[in-house]
Amino acid sequence: MNTPLVSLIEAGKTYGQLDALSAMTMSLNEGEVLGLFGHNGAGKTTMMKLILGVISPSRGKVEVMGMAPDSKEAWNCRSKVGYLPENVSFYEQLTGLEVLTYFVKLKGFSKAAGKKLAVDLLEQVGITHAMNRQVKTYSKGMRQRLGLAQAFIGEPKLLLLDEPTVGLDPIATRDFYKTVDQLKSNGSSVILCSHVLPGVEQHIDRAMILSTGKLLAMGTLSELRQQAALPVVIKPLSFKKGGLNGTVTQDAILNSFITGTCPNTLLVPENEKLAVLKQLLSLNDLDDIQVESANLEQVYQHFLSAHELSEQQLSGNNKTNGGQG
Amino acid sequence: MHQIFTVANKEFHDGLRNRWLVSITLIFALLSIGLTYFGAAASGAVGVASLSTTVASLASLAVFLIPLIALLLSYDSFVGEQESGTLLLLLTYPLSKSQLLLGKFIGQGGIIALATLLGFGASAVVLYMQIGDTAILSTFGIFIISAILLGLSFTAIAYLISLSVSEKSKAAGFALITWFLFALAFDLALLALLVGVEEGVTQQGLTQLMMLNPADIFRLVNFAGLDSSDVNGALSVAINASLSQMQLFSALVAWVVLPLTLAIFIFKKKKL
Repeated sequence: MNTPLVSLIEAGKTYGQLDALSAMTMSLNEGEVLGLFGHNGAGKTTMMKLILGVISPSRGKVEVMGMAPDSKEAWNCRSKVGYLPENVSFYEQLTGLEVLTYFVKLKGFSKAAGKKLAVDLLEQVGITHAMNRQVKTYSKGMRQRLGLAQAFIGEPKLLLLDEPTVGLDPIATRDFYKTVDQLKSNGSSVILCSHVLPGVEQHIDRAMILSTGKLLAMGTLSELRQQAALPVVIKPLSFKKGGLNGTVTQDAILNSFITGTCPNTLLVPENEKLAVLKQLLSLNDLDDIQVESANLEQVYQHFLSAHELSEQQLSGNNKTNGGQG
Repeated sequence: MHQIFTVANKEFHDGLRNRWLVSITLIFALLSIGLTYFGAAASGAVGVASLSTTVASLASLAVFLIPLIALLLSYDSFVGEQESGTLLLLLTYPLSKSQLLLGKFIGQGGIIALATLLGFGASAVVLYMQIGDTAILSTFGIFIISAILLGLSFTAIAYLISLSVSEKSKAAGFALITWFLFALAFDLALLALLVGVEEGVTQQGLTQLMMLNPADIFRLVNFAGLDSSDVNGALSVAINASLSQMQLFSALVAWVVLPLTLAIFIFKKKKL
């Protein structure tokens, strides 16, 4: 068993009175893609800063590649870490190529090798046509691509991307996820931080949901689904006159899953899904079945609202401090 | 070292791109050549004035201009990058805070130093061609070196401001106040102390007080060697009790090193 690339052991960060990140334990293995989800001020950026070693934990321990990222020994590891900040406007008066060349040199590349690498990276993110223009003429999406090119310098072992798809058009988003998949297959680990959820599901191995500095849930998508115990939505369809209504309600097993609000829909717990499907398939009038498992967005909403509910109950007794990061 | 050089190179090129180098050099060259030729106009003649008059007028102007230019050039070095988000990004690179600060200092200090050398050097050359006295070179040498140190000192002070505030506009305000205090208010206060309070301060004490202001040290360096007829005010008192040139230069160097060290210290403590 190899050691995890990143591990947080009871690590947390407080700014004065403010609990930006409560003590949490997590680990990230090589070649793993972790999605980090939460509202603004949930502690996502604080967690990234801890892993990057820009700030030191107030308590607990952070380890990246076996070292504390804020220590002197971790210095050499830094060229193996890529980071895309949430809000970055690069040096406006420089051209895209000049900006990237500067960052490439700071990652330790020589002048000649650096220039070539910078051009290659700009090609990878698709802004070679604008590389000799000043950054101030760039659109939001082009700036974002420049930021991504910067994060990809030197084939990083660990990538931390804060809202990477903001401002990207659908094609650029698809290209971006392709790059993430490619980096993953090369053994790089990625932490994706986002509140844009659709589309991200099939690219992440695990998800982590944060709110007001607290870890609400962590696990693979199916684990989270199980924890949330959200029902599967099954819609049996029939094209015949009269539909299925009669047959389904007459069935003793199926009847119990019908909800009052939408008569043609069954809400079935994950573990009874197959039993219900088998039962449905035995019906003669059935033409089609739609099966929808809860998606990431619904899981996310579930955990957040459950958290808010418990917060409200707490603040009924004593006032809790709402944190932000 | 490689990292410091990379940052310095970028900052120096920014200075070239933003026309800082060209404008500062032009301002210095025009002023100093103008003063060299027309410095004697007050005494009714147009032509090359005496060396001491020229250097005295140059120093009186430089003492206002150089701090202002250095503060303008550098006040947003850190707070500007913090606002645009690049400061946080740079610190995730294999680049330490002191490397970043020293790199910036070398790059921006290089702009100030080169502009001072070219701008004032131009009038030294003009004067030398007119008079042909080698004393010109040594006097101007001292003037230019002290002017560069003055510029570097205020660059370091600008970093202190830039690292201590969180908004660019605030940094600009503080830079202006700092300039006003060092270039104008400090001398007025000294003069008030000298005139208003009897037996308030000895000659020795006055000179020591002047060490608290790099602009005054610069004045002392350049006026000490001149005929006292060209110098008046609080300075002439101080000059009589003057310290050696060596001590004055050490004090100026200290005014570069100390703010810079303090700036590194503040940067290391700074919350990002």
